[in-house]
Amino acid sequence: MDFSYSEEQQMLQDSISKFVAQDYDFDTRKKIIQTPEGFSTENWKLFADLGWLMVPFGEADGGLGGSATDLMVVMEELGKGIVVEPYLACVVMAGGLVAELGSEQQKQEILGPVMAGERQLAFAFAEAQGRYNLADVGVRAQQQGDDWIVDGHKAVVLNGEAAEQLVVSVRTAGDRTDAAGISLLVIDAGAPGVTRKGYQTVDGQRAAEVTFDRVTVPAGAVLGPVDQALPAIEKVIDRATLAVCAEAVGAMEVTYKKTVEYTKTRKQFGVPLAKFQALQHRMAEMFMEYELARSMLLMAAMQLDASDGLAPKAVSAAKNRIGKAARLIGQEAVQLHGGIGVTEELDIGHYFKRLTTIQFIFGSGDYHLQRYQQ
Amino acid sequence: MNIDLSPAELDFQAQVRQFLEEKLPSHYSDRVLKGLYLKKEEYIDWQKTLYQQGWAATNWPVEHGGTGWTPTQKYIWANECAEAGAPDVIPFGMKMVAPVIYTYGNDEQKERFLPDILASNVWWCQGYSEPNAGSDLASLKTTAVRDGDDYLVNGTKTWTTLGHYGDWIFCLVRTGRPEEKNQEAISFLLIDMTTPGITVSPIITLDGHREVNEVHFDNVRVPVANRVGEEGGGWTYAKVLLTHERTGIARVANSKRSLRQLKKLAAETGDGGATLMENPSFAQKITEVEFDLMALEYTELRTLAAVSTGKAPGPESSILKIKGTEVAQAIDELYVEMAGYYSLPFVKEQFEPDFAGEPVGPGMAADSAPHYFNNRKASIYGGSNEIQKNIICKAVLGL
Ligand SMILES: Cc1cc2nc3c(=O)[nH]c(=O)nc-3n(C[C@H](O)[C@H](O)[C@H](O)COP(=O)(O)OP(=O)(O)OC[C@H]3O[C@@H](n4cnc5c(N)ncnc54)[C@H](O)[C@@H]3O)c2cc1C
Repeated sequence: MDFSYSEEQQMLQDSISKFVAQDYDFDTRKKIIQTPEGFSTENWKLFADLGWLMVPFGEADGGLGGSATDLMVVMEELGKGIVVEPYLACVVMAGGLVAELGSEQQKQEILGPVMAGERQLAFAFAEAQGRYNLADVGVRAQQQGDDWIVDGHKAVVLNGEAAEQLVVSVRTAGDRTDAAGISLLVIDAGAPGVTRKGYQTVDGQRAAEVTFDRVTVPAGAVLGPVDQALPAIEKVIDRATLAVCAEAVGAMEVTYKKTVEYTKTRKQFGVPLAKFQALQHRMAEMFMEYELARSMLLMAAMQLDASDGLAPKAVSAAKNRIGKAARLIGQEAVQLHGGIGVTEELDIGHYFKRLTTIQFIFGSGDYHLQRYQQ
Repeated sequence: MNIDLSPAELDFQAQVRQFLEEKLPSHYSDRVLKGLYLKKEEYIDWQKTLYQQGWAATNWPVEHGGTGWTPTQKYIWANECAEAGAPDVIPFGMKMVAPVIYTYGNDEQKERFLPDILASNVWWCQGYSEPNAGSDLASLKTTAVRDGDDYLVNGTKTWTTLGHYGDWIFCLVRTGRPEEKNQEAISFLLIDMTTPGITVSPIITLDGHREVNEVHFDNVRVPVANRVGEEGGGWTYAKVLLTHERTGIARVANSKRSLRQLKKLAAETGDGGATLMENPSFAQKITEVEFDLMALEYTELRTLAAVSTGKAPGPESSILKIKGTEVAQAIDELYVEMAGYYSLPFVKEQFEPDFAGEPVGPGMAADSAPHYFNNRKASIYGGSNEIQKNIICKAVLGL
């Protein structure tokens, strides 16, 4: 048992932490969000140059090793700045699937440009009827000669607008909720019949509704075994879930600390708010929730890197418990800030928003509670 | 004790239903039921409809044009309006400043201001809070210095809800000398917002909406005749008004409608082969909120019965504020949870009154998160929930 970071992990943490502190202040983020792309391509290039985009990939694929702990280090730091660049969607989710299932050729063709910061990917999996059930796949792909013909609609595809290629879960056999019969296709976002309706999300990121209307996809675009993609999807979504847990923990740390600072400076009734014991206890509660959340995060990261098959349960436990902490810390931070907390002007409301969406991405607390119980 | 409605009350209920059916335009109620805002003119239009019916001022005494309804009638009215999706009556004129004017104003002020409030000819807003005077309202700094028959007003008010729509603003200002005790130097002024020296600038809330404003006063000339009551009496008047504000804030009828709608939608929302309503965890949360709401409703009814004599509600009204906002916020969260991934899209155009396109996601999903974010305000304004607990400790528990 060892809770300390390796030298490489420490360096990685320092470099991201420095970036967030120096180059990603609240006003910068605000400007980035308002651009049509919704993130900074310059920052993305920087992430590539600094090697951050290589972190979650194995050395054999040209990456830096790809442990869950490494990924956690990256995401926790990004969370401190509520960074909107699409690390999660492009690198962890879609990139993760290519790494997991792709042929050597696919990996070379796709992951090389991804790690170089030259290609954007997204993973289109959610569907309107499916809630969090990854096996609920209604988008159909039917074989026609050597090609697949794809029809259907994917909901809230994170980074779906900027992506040049979409990894799409499709039903190639069986009924809509069968575990077997799900395949993955890599589809060019510009292919005829693909329509994307992009929008901002409530947390300042971007996503898209993606519709496939008789889209022809060549056989070479299938990722991994036909009909048998679900286990890999579950594995990658578990890692992505860990990633948002880490992001949340980073965001929570900043949120509770900023709240403590604010109450020390804001005066009412002639004293700083921090003097009111009713508020002190609330902040003590926030602090404890943060610490418990961080413990759950480390637990889940270590379980993912261990090899005894407990990972899905560990991830669900962490997601549920961290979601609870994210809820409390976000709500309390706003409340303790008073009116200024519900405005766009101050960063605290934006942390609150991201802490809210993370509670529901990849499954609500209830979903993970029930998954754990199964 | 008896909870049944009398035959006369049942008649009244039927009358209200018929009125709402005939007079409430569906393009208003559709938006209200989706939790969306109306245009300024639409709020006014609806209030004028109420005025024509003689139902504009449900909280005023009859002599000034109020309905003179019993608590039961008010309860029926609130429930039927919520159920039908009637727009909220903007409270600042009708529910906040009017009671101060008819209670503490002189005859001339009553004649001058009340008819226009009743007929919704004038949009009022509330100018109490300042950047450094929130919970500690009595520390407000905006000054009004006597200059002949006028006051010269200087300072900044903030959080002014819909101040950009405002024709008039009622303000607490400091008229006394600085060495006087905080509360005894505060006066209550009515200010025409077209007076030179007033600027209104927007503050955008977490739902991306312009709901609140800063209002700056730079040597604004206000006739002394616009002061309500005594110089230095403003704090007492404002406190009375705040207790009125607190009961309204419980919003029991709205929460009931909102919860019923949530249950209906949850029963239509798929969840792993069944519906969300059949998910035991979600169903349990809904039921728990429902119990809280029942407890709140009967607490409100008790309070209403107690104040039926026209007295201002006592410190118990703090319960309604705290628990009412907690219930409303719990329901807000359940909507976000129900929306799942579709709580994420933020397509702002969709919330505009003139939006004619196809919304992203199923009904109610689009506004779920923005509404949840925005309504965190409910436990902050009108005297924050912490301040309400302080009131309970002091005034009720004697601590
Ligand atoms: C959307 C919105 C609309 C509003 N509309 C209006 C309006 O139209 N007109 C108007 O005049 N005002 C309006 N307000 C202002 C509102 O009344 C104030 O926000 C409120 O009084 C709180 O003040 P504050 O925001 O300065 O917070 P602060 O007073 O700074 O409080 C910050 C936190 O400290 C807590 N706190 C403060 N004192 C104590 C204490 N003694 N013990 C324990 N906890 C304490 C508070 O509860 C809060 O959680 C509005 C506010 C909002 C958010």
